[in-house]
Amino acid sequence: MALELYLDLISPPCRAVYIFAKKNNICFEFKPVELFKDSILGRKIVAASLMEQAILGQQHTEEFAKVNILKKVPVLKDGVFTLAESTAILLYLSRKYNTPDHWYSSDLQKRARVDEYLSWHHNSFRRIAPKTLWIKVLIPLFTGQAAPPEKLQEVIDELAASLVQFEEKFLQDKPFIMGSEISLADLMAVVELMQPVGVGCHIFADRPKLAAWRSRVEEAVGKELFQEAHEQILNIKELSSIEVEPKLKELLAPTLMKMLK
Amino acid sequence: MVVELFLDLLSQPCRALFIFAKKNNIPFEFKHVELIKGQHLSEEFGKVNVLKKVPALKDGTFTLAESIAILLYLSRKFNTPDHWYPSDLRKRARVDEYLSWQHTAIREKGCRIFFTKVLMPLAVGQPFSPDKLEEAVKEMNFTLVQFEEKFLQDKPFIVGSEISLADLVAIVELMQPVASGCDIFADRPKLAAWRSRVEEAVGKELFQEAHKQVLNAKSLGSMQLSSELKEHLKQILKP
Repeated sequence: MALELYLDLISPPCRAVYIFAKKNNICFEFKPVELFKDSILGRKIVAASLMEQAILGQQHTEEFAKVNILKKVPVLKDGVFTLAESTAILLYLSRKYNTPDHWYSSDLQKRARVDEYLSWHHNSFRRIAPKTLWIKVLIPLFTGQAAPPEKLQEVIDELAASLVQFEEKFLQDKPFIMGSEISLADLMAVVELMQPVGVGCHIFADRPKLAAWRSRVEEAVGKELFQEAHEQILNIKELSSIEVEPKLKELLAPTLMKMLK
Repeated sequence: MVVELFLDLLSQPCRALFIFAKKNNIPFEFKHVELIKGQHLSEEFGKVNVLKKVPALKDGTFTLAESIAILLYLSRKFNTPDHWYPSDLRKRARVDEYLSWQHTAIREKGCRIFFTKVLMPLAVGQPFSPDKLEEAVKEMNFTLVQFEEKFLQDKPFIVGSEISLADLVAIVELMQPVASGCDIFADRPKLAAWRSRVEEAVGKELFQEAHKQVLNAKSLGSMQLSSELKEHLKQILKP
């Protein structure tokens, strides 16, 4: 039975897993999960795995407002083994398929550096960058109103602070986070930073060092693959023209209002 | 030269490291970075960790931040017993899965309770907001359901029959609400039983030692935060 990867390429961690698997010629069955389309069109909330179904269960309509739907993917299914969390999936794939050393160096201290980045990532880029999508596209879509401009500025400022830390601590003057070659750290970082780009926040525009790093990462991954993975997020504005069911708008309103706080 | 661990046992990730190093007889120098005095914000400590957070490790000229990274580094360098980070591909993946998920789940919600009930009042000199605490507890409750249903289930430990880094990282985070006066184990027998097992596996004495400071409610409530720290907290906690 083939390896299955449940992905929605709108989600940054899904893109990391997708790019990694493709770049390393890992055979997998792409199981598309359309997070927003399904919820927007009021279709059944897609539970990406049996585990998720068990959690969401029959209360999914109530729980839906509480569950951050962005956290439902990616999921890996290898026979009966299911695995969530992109970091865990990437490490699992790198080990199972013996990917080239530079992705997750076997050198003790270099490996620690990748672990260090992957840990820091959660409370920085992963936490902040997605808010740009919510504020610029999803909240207007679901509430019919633009989010207050101060909110977007707040997020941009927060992201800017993280970018300073990223450049000072992780990237510095090296070609990649780990030095001369791309690793899982660069991959996880770049996909997250493409989220604001997709919604029109040009964070690379006035940051030449960061922009140069992004080019190198694109090159290392392969431009075609990078574009392919990012096609949806780079065309995310198309989502704005979809009609959302009023009942669904009502359901999501409390969660969305909380996000604005 | 011995490994240096920069710690303050008020901090959950610091406790995980302290317990892990001691349990595995890893020789280290305990470098106390007193959070309430704002020592982590100093320029000197910034040379060890530019992110100005504890824990941090210094091994010769090699410095390392992020408790997860440090735990993994120590487990590899000192060849700790397999059960902490199993070499079995799938078991290891389960530990990775928990260590990843917990950042924005158990860790985040536990911190929020501690900040709301203990730190914020000390920073602004006013009693805690009951509404904010209620919200923080609600979020923690939801997260605990996920923890029990997805990670613990009916197993003795998160990854089967033996303690791993996942349990260690989980338990220290869950002690923070307890230290804040929110006993999340009180009406959760399964969780309480797991906690006992983890304490036993780690060693009760060591567990107590690591948690002595944070569980001293009286001293916690009367902590004198440095003015620099107060300002810093007011900025980041956004009351």
